[in-house]
Amino acid sequence: MDAAYLRRQGRLWTLSMACHVVPFLGIGVGLLLLNLLAAPVAIVALLHAWIIPELYALRGANVVRSRSQPSEPESIAQGLLGDLLDHDARDLQRSTGLAMQQGELGTWLVGQAGALLVSGRRVYCFCVKATDPDLPPSDRIAHLLLALRSDERGFATVANLAFAGAPWRVRRRLDPEMRDALDAGRRISVRT
Amino acid sequence: MARLIRMDSTGHSTLAEWTAGDQASYEAAVEAFRRELDEGFIAVVDEGEGRATQVRELPLDSELVIMRRPIAGG
Repeated sequence: MDAAYLRRQGRLWTLSMACHVVPFLGIGVGLLLLNLLAAPVAIVALLHAWIIPELYALRGANVVRSRSQPSEPESIAQGLLGDLLDHDARDLQRSTGLAMQQGELGTWLVGQAGALLVSGRRVYCFCVKATDPDLPPSDRIAHLLLALRSDERGFATVANLAFAGAPWRVRRRLDPEMRDALDAGRRISVRT
Repeated sequence: MARLIRMDSTGHSTLAEWTAGDQASYEAAVEAFRRELDEGFIAVVDEGEGRATQVRELPLDSELVIMRRPIAGG
């Protein structure tokens, strides 16, 4: 996976969304223009046009949703993860649950079982996890962070792309505290 | 004192410690290192500034070598 391939994937997702949305929009608007009595059916079609991208965005946001509660080993794991991050990234991780990492492909936000990549005007949601199911949450993040740091392209290749699209779509489906991390990632992505 | 650690269900476990001048402790660390590789772990040295390197031999001069499990797409 390289930057060009990533952009192509992003465009394909945009095209796919358009293919889902435009027909329903057309049906909805067309029915309203043909006959107002068809309004209930038109509304259902317009709802489909709205909900399909929302469901995909929810799937994207779910990759970084927290999956386990803090435990006793978590404090030890949190210490190691903190050592791997610089001061700002450590603060961000503790407040949002996502570890920020600048890479060649863009700005990564790494969670326990997935990562968001902010690149250009899109956010790419990757589903990827450590293979040991018993790891505490911070160790899961450290696993992914080290894998990302040692081979970013390999990381993006192994991970499954769950969604790519506008950051605002994903943002509103994220846990509230994670939105700050996405905002920070977008700010850095715009600067670089 | 350099450390070889493994990320596991306890947070992390220290597998070995060594110093550059102590050959015996280094050799014990190498043995533990190879055992972990054989178990399927991957060794990584974090170099700071967002960089890390995967290693197949235990580096004598690294402060911290971390053993991690492979990752997989979800």
